[in-house]
Order: sequence, then C-alpha cells, then structure tokens
Amino acid sequence: MNISHSWLKAFVPHTLTPEQLRDLLTAHVATVEGLSRTRADLAPFVVARVVESEKIPDTKLSFNKVDDGTGTLLEVVCGAPNVTVGTIYPFARSGTLMPAGFTIEKKKIRGFTSNGMLCSARELGLGEEHDGILALDTDAAPGTPLLDVLPLSDVVLDVDVLPNRPDLLSHLGMAREVAALTGIAHRLPEELDTLAPVPTLAASGASEASVGGVTVRIEDLTGAPRYCAVVIRGVKVGPSPEWLVKRLEAVGSRSINNVVDATNYVLHGFGQPTHAFDLAKLSRQTVVVRRAKAGETLVTLDGAERKLTPEMLVIADADRAIAIAGVMGGRDSEVTDTTTDILLEVASFSAPLVRATRRALGMSSDASYRFERGIDDVATGEMSRLCAGLMARLAGATVESVISVGAAPAPRTAVSLDAARVSRLLGDSIPATETRALLTGIGFAMVEASAGVYAVTPPSWRHDVTRDVDLIEDVARLRGYDRLPDTLVGARPGTVPDHPLHVVSVRVRDALTAAGLLETKPLPYTRSDDDSLVRVDNPLANDEPFLRTSLVETLSRRAEYNLSRMQGNLRLFEVGTSFIKDGAALVREEIRVGALLMGLRRPVHFTEPQPPVFDAWDAKALAEVMARAAWPGARVALVNPEGEAAGALTPLWRVEVDGTRVGVVGQLILDAPAWAAATFGIELTLGEMSAAYVAAPGTHNYDAPRPAAAAGAPLRYVPLPVTPAADFDLALLVPDALAAAEVEAVIRDASGDMLERLVMFDEFRGTGVPAGKRSLAWRLTFRHPERTLRDKEIDGRRSQLLKTLEQKLNVVPRTA
Amino acid sequence: MTLDDFTSACSALAAEAPARIAAADSLDAWTAVRNDLVGRTAGRLTAIMGTLGEIPKEDRRVAGQAANAVKVELERLLDERQAELATSRGAGPQIDGTMPSRVTWQGARHPVTLVVDEIIEIFRELGFTVALGPEAEHAWYNFGALNFPADHPAMDLHDTLYLGKDTVLRTHTSPVQVRTLQAYPPPVRVLIPGTVHRRDPFDASHAPAFAQVEGLVVDEGITFADLKATLSHFARRFFGAGTKTRFRPSYFPFTEPSAEMDVSCGVCGGSGCSVCKQSGWIEILGSGLVHPAVLESAGLDSTRFTGWAFGLGPGRTALARHGIPDIRILYDSDVRFLEQFSR
Repeated sequence: MNISHSWLKAFVPHTLTPEQLRDLLTAHVATVEGLSRTRADLAPFVVARVVESEKIPDTKLSFNKVDDGTGTLLEVVCGAPNVTVGTIYPFARSGTLMPAGFTIEKKKIRGFTSNGMLCSARELGLGEEHDGILALDTDAAPGTPLLDVLPLSDVVLDVDVLPNRPDLLSHLGMAREVAALTGIAHRLPEELDTLAPVPTLAASGASEASVGGVTVRIEDLTGAPRYCAVVIRGVKVGPSPEWLVKRLEAVGSRSINNVVDATNYVLHGFGQPTHAFDLAKLSRQTVVVRRAKAGETLVTLDGAERKLTPEMLVIADADRAIAIAGVMGGRDSEVTDTTTDILLEVASFSAPLVRATRRALGMSSDASYRFERGIDDVATGEMSRLCAGLMARLAGATVESVISVGAAPAPRTAVSLDAARVSRLLGDSIPATETRALLTGIGFAMVEASAGVYAVTPPSWRHDVTRDVDLIEDVARLRGYDRLPDTLVGARPGTVPDHPLHVVSVRVRDALTAAGLLETKPLPYTRSDDDSLVRVDNPLANDEPFLRTSLVETLSRRAEYNLSRMQGNLRLFEVGTSFIKDGAALVREEIRVGALLMGLRRPVHFTEPQPPVFDAWDAKALAEVMARAAWPGARVALVNPEGEAAGALTPLWRVEVDGTRVGVVGQLILDAPAWAAATFGIELTLGEMSAAYVAAPGTHNYDAPRPAAAAGAPLRYVPLPVTPAADFDLALLVPDALAAAEVEAVIRDASGDMLERLVMFDEFRGTGVPAGKRSLAWRLTFRHPERTLRDKEIDGRRSQLLKTLEQKLNVVPRTA
Repeated sequence: MTLDDFTSACSALAAEAPARIAAADSLDAWTAVRNDLVGRTAGRLTAIMGTLGEIPKEDRRVAGQAANAVKVELERLLDERQAELATSRGAGPQIDGTMPSRVTWQGARHPVTLVVDEIIEIFRELGFTVALGPEAEHAWYNFGALNFPADHPAMDLHDTLYLGKDTVLRTHTSPVQVRTLQAYPPPVRVLIPGTVHRRDPFDASHAPAFAQVEGLVVDEGITFADLKATLSHFARRFFGAGTKTRFRPSYFPFTEPSAEMDVSCGVCGGSGCSVCKQSGWIEILGSGLVHPAVLESAGLDSTRFTGWAFGLGPGRTALARHGIPDIRILYDSDVRFLEQFSR
C-alpha cells in the first residue's frame, strides 16, 4: 500500500518527518518497506538568479550571467523572451538530466558559451506552459535545490499491509493509527470541506428500490448485502484539478478524468471501492445485482472478454451483465468524455464470493483486493455521500438521488477480555486503564462486564478481532513491542526426546563429511515417463512435476550438471526425503542417504601424478562406513544383489544390517562425456517418517506409538593382547566360480578361536595360474591369549588348514 | 719417545679431529673419518697408543690418561655426529619444504546445514530438542490446525503444491508444532528443522523447496517476555554479542500477538547501508505467542497453557552470511561451491 506523506498529513496534521513516520508505523502498525520521493527527477535542479542579460543581435536569444550559488557567475544562453535581471528561475547546470530524457551539455551557441539552462514549466514536466522560463517568487538563495523552493515533491511510504488488516489499505486507516499514536485527532482533508449538497430525493428497500426512473434490485443478498446507487446528472467530464492529480500520482494511480479520479480518490483515501456507470448506457436505467447466467460474457475495462459462470456475482442492467461485482466494470458502460449522467455504485460485496470470482477469472484489482479482505461495511452510506459530493463538485454536476438497497450490517460481536490476562500473556504489569486507553484510541468500545472483565466491541472496519488475544496484540503493539520486558528466565525441561531420524542423520552426515564427501541439498523434484512416482497436482513448471523416490537419481542429475562444467571429480551426498507412492496413504516417506562417487580417489600430488579413480571397492567401503554410522554395533553385510531392481543404479551389492535390507550399492549410468570416470552410487534408507494423524483434530494422544530411539549400544572393550602373535601367508588357487567369502568362511572355521585376523592382500591371474582360476593370498594372524605359540603348532595348523581346504572346496595352494 | 712427544701427538690429533668429524656429511664419510681417527686397525689414536710402551715407565700413567681423554672426547664427537647424520638421513638430497603436502579430499556440510546446526546448537543450550515431521502433509496439519481461515487471503502467502484434495507438500514446518503437541505433554521445548515447499518459480531469490527452522515452547506461564528474551539471546549468540534486536507487528494465523524480529545490521552497525536498505535493520525471523486455536487443535487447555514459536529460513541466512548472490547456487551442487565450505 502506497501512503502519501502529504495526503496522510491532510488527515492528521502531524509534524513527523517521513523517516519518523516510517519508524512509528513500522514499530506499531505495519512495516514500511521503503520511502520514495515523487519527482525525484527534479532533485538535481537548483534555483539561480540572472545577474546580467543582453540580447544577441539578429536572434531571439539572450546572453546572460547567472548566479547559481557556486560563487562564480555562469554564462548561459537563453531563448526565452522573458529573461529579467534580478529574477530567480529554475536552473539546470550542465550535466543535468532533463525530465524529457536528455542531458544539458556545455556548448557554444552563436559564439557564446552556454553552461546550463534556465527552465520553463514544460521543460520541468510541470505543465504545458512554455511561453517563457518559470519566474519563481522566492527569497531562496541561488543554489538552493528547486524542490526546497517548490512543493512539488511528496514522499511515498511503501507499507506492507498484511491480510488481517484491510482497514489499513487507505489513508484514513493509517490516519486512525497515527492519530492514536501521536494523540493528534484525525479529520477529513480540507479538500472535502465544500462538497456538493446532499440530494433530497432518496429511496431505500430491503431488496429493491427506485426513484426518478432509476431502479436498483439485489437478487443475491448474501453476495451483496448492501448496494447504494447515487444518480448524478449534468456531468462535464474533463481533467482533474492539480491537487487531485498529485494525490493520485503519489500512490501510483494515473489521473484519467474527474469522474474516475473521484472514485480512485475514495478508494485510496478511504478504502471504499466504488464504480461509476454511464447511466445512459444502462438498459431501462436499471441495476440488478445477481449471479451471472451460464454462458454470459462481459468485456471488462481492460478489454478482455470474460466468460462468466453462475458462481460469479455480476452487476447487470435490464438486459445483460455490465460489471463483475467487486472486481471490475464493463467497457460498454464505462464513463467517456460524452457522458452526462452517472450512476455511482457504493456497495458491500461478500468477501469469499469476490475472492472466488476473481480467482476463477484469474484477475485481481484494487477493488477485489479490498473486498476479499473486508471493507468497512458500515461506512458505505457516508462513502456514497462523500464520493458523489466530490464527483459532482469536480464535474459541475448535481447529485439527484440516492437509492439504498439491502439491510444495515449486523452490529459487531463483543469480545470478552480479562484485563489480568493482558499482563499474564505479555509478561508485564499493564493496568486496565492503559488497556482501555489504547483500545478505545483505535475505535474499540469497552464496557466492564464484571470485575476486571470487559466486553470489547471492535469498530466496523476491523474484521480480525474475534478472541481476546487479538485485543492483546493491539495493546502490545500500540504500547510498543520494544517496551515489553525481555528477561531470560529458566525453564522446565521439555518432554520431547530428539527425533531418532535426526540423530541418525547427523551421525551419517558426520561420517560422510569425515570421509571427504560434500553435502548437497538439491530440489527433490524429477521428471518421469510413468505413473510410479508421486505427482504434484499443480506443478509450476511442467518439466519436473514428480517427487523423487531415488536420491541417487537426484545426485546423478547434479553430477551431470558438474560434468557440464568440466568437473569430474565428485564425491556428493544428500540426506533427504524419498517419496514413495502408496495406495492407501497416498505417500509414504523415507529418510534416506544417498552418495555418489566419481573420478580421482585422491587429489593429484607430485608423488602420485595419476591417482587411481574410484571403483566398486571404494563404493563398497563407503557403504559400510555409512551403515556402521547409522546402525552402530549392528552386523553390516554387503551381499549379492539378486532381486534388486535396476533403476538409476545397476546393483552391485545389497546392504543388509542385522539381516535386514537397508539399501543398495551400484554403478550409475549418467549422460556423461567420454572423459568422465565410472560413477558409483549408494542409497540407504535410514527410517520412515510417518504422516499418520497423531490424534484426532482437537485431541492429543500421549500414548501414541513413537519412533524407536536411534540404535547404538555402547561398544565393548576388548582386552589388549599380552602374548606375541604368529602369522603366515596362504596363496590359494581359487576357481572363478568360487566366492572368496566361502574360502574365508572355511579358513575361519578350520582355524578356530586363535585366528585373530584374516586379511586378503593379493589377487593374481597369469603365469603359473591355470585359466579359470585366480590366486588369492591371505595373511593369517594367530594368537594364544596366555602363551607363546610354538612353531610346530603353527605348522600343524597350516597343514591341517590346507587339507581341509582341499577336502571341502578342492582348493589347493599355489606353488611357486 | 718422550712423554712430551706423546702428549703433543695426542694434542695435535685432538685439535684436528673436531673439524674433520664435523665435515663428514654422510654416514659413509663419517665411517671413513672414524676409521682414520680411532679405527682399531688403522686408527691414528690406536697408532699413538701403540707407542705407549716406548715411554719411560714412570711417565706411562700420565701418558695413558692423556690418550684416554682424547679417545673419550673423539668418541663423544663421533657419536654426536653419527646421531646428527642418522636423523637427517644425510644420504640423498635435502627435501624442499615448500613443495605441497599430500592432502586428501576434504568433506563439507552444506552451507544451509551449517546454519541449521548452529541454530540447533544454540537452542540446545537452552534445553531444546529436535522434532521432525513429514513433508507430504494432511491439509489439516498444514492449515486448519494452525488457524488458517478457510479460503482467505492469508492463504495467498502460502502458494501451495497439492498432492491430492487433502494432501499438500507442507508450506512451513509449523504442522510439526501440532504433531508434537498431540504426542507429548507440556512442557514442550523443540526445534523443528525441515524442508518446506511453495509454488514459487525457481529464480535468483526464490526456490520451490527450501529449508526452514521452527522453534516451539509451550508450558504454563510462558509470556511474550520469554519470546523476546530467548530470541534476543539467540540473536546475540548467532550474530555477535553486540547485536541489537527489534520486534515489530506482523501477522501469522497461528500466532497472536505476532512479531517480526530484526537484528541490527552487521555490515553498517545500524547506521544504514545498502545491505539493510538504509534501515539499519535486517529481517531475520517471524514469531509470536502460540494462538490459542493451535493449542486447542492439540487438545490443550488454552486458558492454562501458553507458548511462543518462531520460524526462520536458514537458506536466506546462509546467502547473507556468505555473500552468495543467487539462491540457485545452493541447489546446483557445483563441487567448486561445495568445497568452499570444507574445514
């Protein structure tokens, strides 16, 4: 909402500077987002006195010496006939940008140098006057900014009015607040002191009334509880006076003509939307407020043809719709230069109906903006008198009659306020007398119903006050939030434990950043060819209307983005939500962690100019790190991925924790350039985020099932060895079809408790190894907890082990 | 051979040896010097001591002591030098310490996570725990339970992505307020981080999905003063001890009174600059006393319990804190951006 400083001052004769007003409104009413000056383009202009002037022969030009306050007289050539020595004029120094868009340059004219321009009214954009330069009647010293001499500029406050306070969408509304805050009473602006007289002809009715041949009928009293029509005759449509043009310009509304400007003046000044119809164009001089008929259309003021439906409320004449109620008028009945008789509409329309209508039509207007938030429905009578009076005065017309249809608004319901609760909620002792003074100051009526409890009736312009806390907010803000105390006091500990999925997410994130991965937070939307994903009903862009299920798919797109920027060494992860289509509940959500590896395993170093790239074994290791971080102490196994569906990822391993599937490791297929390295992905499900109702609305259920606490039994200490270890290596010829894990299982089983460690350290194929086999080498470390192992024991074990391997697996040692 | 000859031979050796030992610049050179000086077969001191028998008997004790002193001294010097050479591994060239270290890839939390984590850390000190909730949410939790008037312009502030008639992508983390109050009895002191969705175009200053952090306190006797005190404390911890706060009227359907909190501009200190649009203040968060209707949504007695809540967008805070000009950079996941946050 644009608020003009000077217009507001016409309502409240305050003495605040624009900056003080900004701070006052921001602290107590609504935030002022910014201050701007109208005619800021005139800021560089100064006033200057002509000190000498002589005609340049054979031209209309004069050569002048001008004092612009800089101490040096400037030589200026001027083409105006009225240059007078000793007079002060608006002056543009060379370099000044003129309102017309060109810059004044220092130049030579007829051999004379000109260092600037003395300006006419038209050159300053102050009217059409161009017979000569603008003589200023002022005592101001040369060099004074022009805007300090001429009251051309206004300051506009950009106020952020929130949906609960439509009463602030006018200068009157702001004036009420400023009056309450400053203690200066507000009044009607002087420009409204001499309005055209009230007509003697009047008619009213519950749903229909007519007088002087003009009829008004409301067919939908819910949609339009009150409709006031004023007939104005003998209108001379023409330009508006200067003061009105300036008022409207300040709030960003262009002057159109005196009739339309009068309606816009009432809109921005008082918050009441009105509309002027050309009465001659209304069939049978009749106005009907009704629902639109199916198939009915209307060309609105903006030239668009609107298709109407019976859900919409329209204003019609005897034949057809002429306006969309509360939204926009029709072009056919609009006021033109030839209009002589006007029907002025000042009405109150249903907020939900205006909202539904303008949404269905996909449009919005200053009028609909106010109607859907709520106007002061008690003020329509006064507003019709005021708007018609102004319009008639401006257009030299006569107000002929007023036709009022509909019922008076129901009185507002009082809200009960316990004065003690004001102090209890705000944490400060606020006497009831102060509460009363603050609330009555902005129009509330307060009656003490019982000791300390008041019945507080809101004024007709306030629609947001239905409970005591609404009143307490008004008390708090008028008093000033900054005046309320802010002492930090102790608190009782809460009953809510950390959500286990938060705890797990933090642990996994820490493990991954420690492992050198970079956290991402990409958009969780995706595209899809089929309907297996959750679809957004009303996506903004149609290219990604689905919610993703797979985090590695999202990461793959981010990897491709990096590749397109020549970045091929990627270690990305995300902890985020996976949306799974679920028949019954619509959506099932899992919190997952996804990771992606691509490119160099280590940064290049001069000792290793070509480091290896990430391979499947890095992915396997990282999956183990992730799973152990998420489920500390649990048994993590990466197993054959049989049965895992291939999606964004071609599975290499299934990740199991204590025998339960938690995710998958695999290779990712990207849209990648030839130079990109192989890409690996890991995706684990950390847990499910339930969206079920905790309890029925309006109830609680402290016994509701809660998510299980995050896993994590404390680790057990293993005593450090006190005896020496003995080790030996085994190189075995293992058929390709035999899994290394099976060989390891046999080795462990045959070695007994004393096997402390079993590490595979080599794989070899080639010379000396038969085709279809590979040589796998393990180091076995044995230790007896109490004594040193003898060489003989170790040799015995080795022979026993080889025998078992040969018997059980037909695996033999590789001979050198 | 006289005692004098013997002792002067010893002295000469003792005078010459230190320079030679010091000059040995490798273990091989050291071995050669040692063999030459004190070697058991060809050592010069060994040779000198071999002449001890030629000295008159009465002088032998003195001569022997002199030779032994030289021997002890030389062996000390040799040991020292050997230790020096061993440490510097004098064999091979000196290393050039200006060459780069062998680094590993450094991981990093996302800048938005850094902000969220810091907020959680500050509120943990005040006894807050972390609550979570779903992103695909019942319309009732997202709007109805939070006192949004049906079909009201207040809804225009939450341009909503729908998944069905009564299911939305939550437009704020506030639904978790009601979920938490339904599941746990007061006193409740929780922080609620999470992703929220709005039907906003993806441009330099908007994203359709973004992070939010919400705080909620509900107990008996909670006041607006508690709200101001706690949030001002948070601002001083997060933005610096000298930070001033300002509260101004605002509107959220689920709080009453509602307040927007600003902090004094950290760039100009409050005098006005381009960052704070000349106001001296930076908008940080929305807050207010929990609306009684919200408490009633969770079956609480709103005459007995009161509370306060706040919500802020850590994404915007991250942009301001790190001078990131375009919000899309947070989502692009360019590794060169993400790596800037590794420490």
